[in-house]
Amino acid sequence: MDLTYTEEEEEFRAGLRAWLADVLPQLPPRPDPTDWPGRRAYDLGWQRRLYDAGYAGLHWPVDAGGRGATPTQHLIYLEETERAGAPYVGANFVGLLHAGPTIAAEGTAEQRARWLPPILRGDEAWCQGFSEPDAGSDLAALRTRAVRDGDHYVVTGSKIWTSHAEVADWCELLVRTTPVSEDVPKHRGISWLALPMDAPGVTVRPLRTLAGSTEFAEMFLDEVRVPVGNRVGDENDGWRVTMVTLSFERGTAFVGEVVACRRTLGALAAEARKNGRWDDPVLRRRLGRLNVEFNALWRLTQWNVSEAQRTGGVPGTGGSVFKLRYSHARQELYDTAAEVLGAGALDLDHEWVLDRLSSLSYTIAAGTSQIQQNIVAERILGLPKGR
Amino acid sequence: MDFQLTEDQRDLQQGVRELLAGRFDREALRDLADGPEGPVLDRELWRELGAAGFFALRLPESEGGVGLGLPEAVLAFEEAGRALLPGPLVATHLAAGAVEGAATGDTVVTAVDSSGLVPWLDAADVVRGDAAGAVPVRSADPLTPLHRAPARPPAAQDPVAVLLTAAEQLGSAARSCETAVTYARERSQFGQPIGAFQAVKHLCAQMLVRTELARAAVYAAAVTADPAEIRAAGLLADEAAVRGARDCLQVYGGMGFTWEADVHLHLKRAWLRSELGPSAGAVEEEWAAAL
Repeated sequence: MDLTYTEEEEEFRAGLRAWLADVLPQLPPRPDPTDWPGRRAYDLGWQRRLYDAGYAGLHWPVDAGGRGATPTQHLIYLEETERAGAPYVGANFVGLLHAGPTIAAEGTAEQRARWLPPILRGDEAWCQGFSEPDAGSDLAALRTRAVRDGDHYVVTGSKIWTSHAEVADWCELLVRTTPVSEDVPKHRGISWLALPMDAPGVTVRPLRTLAGSTEFAEMFLDEVRVPVGNRVGDENDGWRVTMVTLSFERGTAFVGEVVACRRTLGALAAEARKNGRWDDPVLRRRLGRLNVEFNALWRLTQWNVSEAQRTGGVPGTGGSVFKLRYSHARQELYDTAAEVLGAGALDLDHEWVLDRLSSLSYTIAAGTSQIQQNIVAERILGLPKGR
Repeated sequence: MDFQLTEDQRDLQQGVRELLAGRFDREALRDLADGPEGPVLDRELWRELGAAGFFALRLPESEGGVGLGLPEAVLAFEEAGRALLPGPLVATHLAAGAVEGAATGDTVVTAVDSSGLVPWLDAADVVRGDAAGAVPVRSADPLTPLHRAPARPPAAQDPVAVLLTAAEQLGSAARSCETAVTYARERSQFGQPIGAFQAVKHLCAQMLVRTELARAAVYAAAVTADPAEIRAAGLLADEAAVRGARDCLQVYGGMGFTWEADVHLHLKRAWLRSELGPSAGAVEEEWAAAL
């Protein structure tokens, strides 16, 4: 067991730090959160700078145009960019972290050449069309239909919770190509398509979150024609294609966020000392407990990343264990922030108040805590599936 | 960075597990718990542990020790916690090199905790700390005889003692989780194993979550040897062990409330170990002050 970084890893860190110190002051001012075209331009512009500096697709395989970095280098990258206050992955999230890796793993040479370079260069943004109004936790129950018509699929249905749909060029879309029947279980009839967002019949309607923002959208598909050549993987094999990519998860998913939470915790303590609430031992102990918690979550991250490094990036189920604890800790952090703020906790102009609102999604998005507990119980502990 | 067990560490973990499985199995545990005269310290087992290097693990080879470090000691104590091995293991381990015969297991050493509790006072050959005026306590842990010395001004606890106790808690937490899962797969109600019910699944999942977070914290503290990080790891390990045993008891249902099931033995020892470490409040205050 070793927590020290190798010379090579430290060199990587030093090079990245130097570059960040140089490039961050040159960035344009951040756009207003409601200015979607502005946000897209800002996020893609940041991606272009990463590309020019050789940091784009750090964790992607080299033959897909990435750097083939180790999980530890990826951890260092996420840690340092967060520490330096660099922009978030933003509108590039799906392209860099899901659609891109899926195409890299399962796409043809032609498909890789078409879609991967624009993601790395920051030319094109992707969104994700997986969930549907009646297929959330039970994703494989999705019903959006794709009917073959010559060399096209004709797609009809609706998707929901599609982040960045308003500004995406492409959508990684899961569709049903074979109806469920006695012979075809729900996981078997699904295919993975790259949907051009400007195709006729695509309608995007932003959804307002409880935080007041329009972070995600509903998407309606009315007889949208998608070329068969846009299908990645075999017909009806889309469920496996999608799961292969989820295995790209290497324990690094929440690195930046844990770093950010620890910084917020420090700021909470400073604010409490300033406004006098520090004298409340109950609040003080709560802050101390969170400090213990986030330190341990950082250690668990290092543990999971080291495990991924040993197994060559094979999926660990450690991700579910981490997410369960982290999502809860994050909500606890912002509930404590509200205690520190007192009456200020009702002031939407305070960033902690907005962060508190968005923290409410953490036990729901990307697998609810209840689904995550089922995953831990069934896949790690080996408990039987229930009725 | 390679924050995973090395091959040697895995071998050590496996070796200790096998030694304890062979020498202190469930039957031995139950004999102690159910014996008419209360728990007896098995001197022969103690010497076997000594011969296996359990107490001399961190002593330099030049002093007749094994020459290993804190991470290896943590792995050994985790196994002791998992097997619910009785006796003043931590105090004797810490006395190796300082008290004659401790390293080999010939001398049994106990210590007075800052809370005033003294485990295994009658069985020990040497007591570290001031046990004057200690009176016997009817111990809540059937496997640990206790005395209680008059309260004294709190002394700083040896971080290594805190860490090794945390390692025992970690082993106990992992064991409780496994025990609960095994039972949940075997016990049927309403026509299916109770482990197929989500209410039971989620209890078990949370047991694992607490255990794995504590594991990362305890192992990291063993690597850094930072006293504050050790105390934080102790806090999480206490919680994993106590909550884990409680949830295991819940999964066992009525059987969990019986003397016959081992669940209560883990719970009671976890309570005792929690009491021996620094209090949760003190650790939280320490980590708040560091913000």
